[in-house]
Amino acid sequence: MLKAIGYFWELLKGGWITTRHFMTNMFHHTLRLFHIKTKRPGAVTYQYPEVKKPLAARHRSLHRLMTREDGKPRCVACMLCATVCPSECIVIEAAEDADPEIQKVPKSFTIDLNRCCFCGFCVEACPEDAIRMDTGVIDLARRSHDDLIFGLDKLLK
Amino acid sequence: MTDIWVVLIKIVLALVWFFVLTLYLTWAERKESAVIQDRVGANRARILGMTVIGLFQPIADAIKMFFKEDFVPAFSRKALHTIAPFVSFFFVAITISAVPFGDDIRIGGKAISLQVFDANVGLLFVLAMLSLAIYGILISGWASNNRFALLGGMRGAAQLISYEVALGLSLVGLIMVFPSLRMSELVRAQGALLFGFLPKWGVFLQPLGFLVFFFAALAETKRVPFDMPEGESEIIGFFTEYGGLKWGLFMFTDFMEILIISTLLTSLYFGGWQVPWLGANGFSFPWGGAWHLAPWLVTVFQVAAFNVKVFFFCWLQILIRWTYPRFRYDQVMDLGWKLLVPLSLLNIVGTAVLLSL
Repeated sequence: MLKAIGYFWELLKGGWITTRHFMTNMFHHTLRLFHIKTKRPGAVTYQYPEVKKPLAARHRSLHRLMTREDGKPRCVACMLCATVCPSECIVIEAAEDADPEIQKVPKSFTIDLNRCCFCGFCVEACPEDAIRMDTGVIDLARRSHDDLIFGLDKLLK
Repeated sequence: MTDIWVVLIKIVLALVWFFVLTLYLTWAERKESAVIQDRVGANRARILGMTVIGLFQPIADAIKMFFKEDFVPAFSRKALHTIAPFVSFFFVAITISAVPFGDDIRIGGKAISLQVFDANVGLLFVLAMLSLAIYGILISGWASNNRFALLGGMRGAAQLISYEVALGLSLVGLIMVFPSLRMSELVRAQGALLFGFLPKWGVFLQPLGFLVFFFAALAETKRVPFDMPEGESEIIGFFTEYGGLKWGLFMFTDFMEILIISTLLTSLYFGGWQVPWLGANGFSFPWGGAWHLAPWLVTVFQVAAFNVKVFFFCWLQILIRWTYPRFRYDQVMDLGWKLLVPLSLLNIVGTAVLLSL
């Protein structure tokens, strides 16, 4: 019997925690419904498609290729990223450049995002700082696999 | 002839009240659980670009449920499988007829009670109908041709029958204090005053009986602290083999049970439609002073008080559902047979001793 009363006391304590959460959150929700600013919102939720949570500075998102000052890609088609890529999703076709300083440029640079695991090794490997993963684009769902194969045109944008 | 019309209108109004509130109880449950857990809850269903804090969500849920496949597993007893959800739905829905919503109102010199069916055994009628709802659980578990569903149905039947005992016994003390089984009598008797100021509500006369009834009633709704029959998160329950609208009917029945338990708690232990110190002519306060009200205003006050009390108990039950983890099965049986039944017997004996003094 004494044990049962102890349990009952603990039940009341547990109920008090949820009641307190309910009351404080409801207080903030109600005030905000009437457009009265409160110290904090009633919920920690981000209403995702409309309100986006700020990403961390080092968050690895969609890739982009950097350009030189004249708008051409920085990439020199050294294949280091393609080599280091654990998912083997980067395919580079090299071509010769007229400028003897550069020598090689990518004729095509394809990242197959169906395979990409966003490890960021390509960014680490690149000696020219030509590929970065800092676009902040994370809504990458597409309706077909082909739409997820990103070529030079999409990556340079 | 007019009597029949009055009864029909009362039936329709009571059912509309019941079903609309049940529908929005699903919304309330989602919203309240969200607020408790620092979330926002369902707020996306929109009509003409308006979301109105998610109030259209039950409609969206209903539409989704309607268009789902009506699935009947192979080798199940098809007729019983189809009947089962309707059985539990019907026996819970019919109990609303015994609930008094307010005092008698007078229209054209005729007294109309705000209650569909004022039987002289109203309380027994409610208890009997709630007990019959067990059949829905048992039949659904058995007719599904699924051993886990059958076990779930058995667990449900065992739990509900165990708590029926405590539920019935806890009410005996109340019936001894307000010597009547008629629901309207029970509520009317709670309008008197104790010591000249305290409303004579059941909870003040029968605190122990109230606690036992509350716990037993929570077990009767078979929701989370007592959700052994369903156990949707890991053990498999009696409506495993149901989908679409029939599954929805089971869930709807669950929410109707919350509402019925709330109305019972209100009517039996918290004075039903009684507002403290409100008589037929208005308020007369114990510290002197009175506030006269028109009869229609008194009725409005009473119905509003009834609804507020019911909402409070719905809120409390949802809070309990989102606070406590599930009991183990032996703990459920321990609580029922070793704590609640002895306490209810103690309550009967204590009440009898006090009444005979």
